[in-house]
Amino acid sequence: MELKLKDLYDGFRDPKAIKSFASLIEKETEKLDTPINIMEVCGGHTHTIMKYGLPQLLPEKINFIHGPGCPVCIMPKERIDHAYILAMQEDVILVTLGDMIKVPGSKGSLQNARAKGADVRFVYSPLDTVKIALDNPDKKILFFAIGFETTTPMTAALIDTAIKRGIKNLFFHINHVTVPEVMKELIDSRDIHVNSYDNRIDAFIGPAHVSVIAGSKIYEVFPERYNKPVVVSGFEPVDVMESVYMLVRQFVQNRCELEIQYKRSVTKEGNIAAQKMIDRYFEKRELFKWRGIGNIPKSALKLKEEFSYLDAEKIYEDILPKDEIEDHKLCICGDILRGIAKPNECSVFGTVCKPSSPLGSCMVSSEGACAAYYKYGGLI
Amino acid sequence: MSRKTVTLAQGNGGEENAELINKIFYRHLKNETLKRNEDAAIIEPFNMQLTSKIAFTTDSFTVSPIFFSGGDIGKLSICGTCNDLAMMGAKPKFLSLSVIVEEGFEIRELEKIVRSMKKELDINGAKIVCGDTKVVPKGSADKIFVNTTGIGEVQKNGLSSSSIKAGDAIIVSRDIGRHGAAIFADREGIELSSSLKSDCASLWPIVEKLIEANIGISAMRDATRGGVAAVLNEWARQSEVCIEIEEASVPIAEEVKGICELLGFEAYNLANEGTFVLAVEEKDIQKALEIIQSFENGKNAAIIGSVTGEYPKKVVLKSEWGTKRFLDLPTGELLPRIC
Repeated sequence: MELKLKDLYDGFRDPKAIKSFASLIEKETEKLDTPINIMEVCGGHTHTIMKYGLPQLLPEKINFIHGPGCPVCIMPKERIDHAYILAMQEDVILVTLGDMIKVPGSKGSLQNARAKGADVRFVYSPLDTVKIALDNPDKKILFFAIGFETTTPMTAALIDTAIKRGIKNLFFHINHVTVPEVMKELIDSRDIHVNSYDNRIDAFIGPAHVSVIAGSKIYEVFPERYNKPVVVSGFEPVDVMESVYMLVRQFVQNRCELEIQYKRSVTKEGNIAAQKMIDRYFEKRELFKWRGIGNIPKSALKLKEEFSYLDAEKIYEDILPKDEIEDHKLCICGDILRGIAKPNECSVFGTVCKPSSPLGSCMVSSEGACAAYYKYGGLI
Repeated sequence: MSRKTVTLAQGNGGEENAELINKIFYRHLKNETLKRNEDAAIIEPFNMQLTSKIAFTTDSFTVSPIFFSGGDIGKLSICGTCNDLAMMGAKPKFLSLSVIVEEGFEIRELEKIVRSMKKELDINGAKIVCGDTKVVPKGSADKIFVNTTGIGEVQKNGLSSSSIKAGDAIIVSRDIGRHGAAIFADREGIELSSSLKSDCASLWPIVEKLIEANIGISAMRDATRGGVAAVLNEWARQSEVCIEIEEASVPIAEEVKGICELLGFEAYNLANEGTFVLAVEEKDIQKALEIIQSFENGKNAAIIGSVTGEYPKKVVLKSEWGTKRFLDLPTGELLPRIC
């Protein structure tokens, strides 16, 4: 069956369905004594919530907390510096995905590198990098891989294609991160700046795209061990409203479960073929630093030792700095990513820090919470 | 047979240069004024009252790809300048044409572009009266850059971004975002289940009818770079009014919606090249709509909102489910989202 573009959105923005969920949530919430703080882990959800003005339809007792689920926002400056340094090598074409080229590191953004003459390109699909590699045999093509479980299989597929087709000039800088570990960190850890034992998270809306690949099973630990219900949700306004309703019902009925709202694509086990492809090439890193959050054990992937000949981090080890870099003092991206502060609580929000001149990463990416507040948040 | 291409010699101001101009540009664009081949065009009075006003505008075109679904850089360079004149209530009359061509450009393609120009000039009733051609070494320009400057005869006075008032209706002349989406699709090789074409077209024929019918228009603007969002924000700021848009009323083609979904764009921010926004006085709303809809490229015209005083200098988008948000100016480079 041919997929039409209309199928991507049709039906999931139906005003009647949205209003009907709003009224159901209102009725159920009346039965609750205390408010519910729902963390939507993914920046895609943050944007849906803000773009479609969903808080305007919900009772005051429903409070959204924006989570760390934006692959661009969580990239620490030192790794953006890696991308910058690699891009500035004479014989290199640096390839990455969308918004990554706008994030400032300590030396500037990839956009700045491009302005200085570096060959930086963005692709919609990692597999488009194959053509760049074949068209430029005298250059080294470095794929700066970013993203959560959603984009990891595409990088794995690119590696697989490069190996099978014998492409010798394609290398990888891997920055893939995983969602459950950062969710655990937000509940478990104690930061020196903020007392994150006092996190306000009562429930999670889990990103559906991640679970299409990894399955819903990755969230089982949250209701079981942490007593936090999770609903795996789609990204359309009807999806998010239904997910909020499902969570509210759990609280009213005194349940704490993992539920799937996005049943049209998510299963408990996920996409096994994609998972096998990921396992073939990647293994867990011991530690990965998340911008604003800090080092989280086992929260990211790296290339397996046997593929180190493809690993740009190893090949360029001598020129890539290892020291950590502090974020701008006025930027509270860390607190925002932890769900402790909202973007408009930041002193530089919308003044010094704007999408055209971002100070922090949450303002850079179109998935970032600050960018969403800046773009859509005016009336709310 | 080897293909003919533009050579650096054809930009030398000498024999080869003259040959290129004669064989390509004059062949298609020649008229009484242009064929005099002077340093500057001397424009004879053209039925102007002494009190008549002239509109004068210029624009440069550097689109990539130069041939896209629904048009090419030639059509675009005439539409763009003529539309700028039309939006000020002026009938396009005389245009200059300045072309910068990269060495190696195919003559056949150059001629195709010039033919497109001629076709579009005829639609507007305008002509090229002076021009310039430069050829630059390979790598100094991206294929071809075109600048057109236009003079138009003002047929309706008082159109201005500062003249919009509460009570006016906001109309768009057709579905929005086509040009931006089509260029993106062409540039990035996104194949669609149905073909998406740019809206690239001349607007003077529609505008002429609106003026003839004496429609009470406060302002008109073709929603080019920055899209409808940029036009509405500029109007709201300059007229110090609030423009409220009903999202459900805004016509957007399904292919455009799909591209926006895939890449994380908003159709309001995408460029148009043959779509204009009008602020129309209440008494003439239906009449204006009927006139626009009588044209093939205006059949999707719609009233999309109204002007109020609620949030001065702001554009408010109202959803079908009762929520509101501000529509801001687009910022930065349009980039696809990551996941």
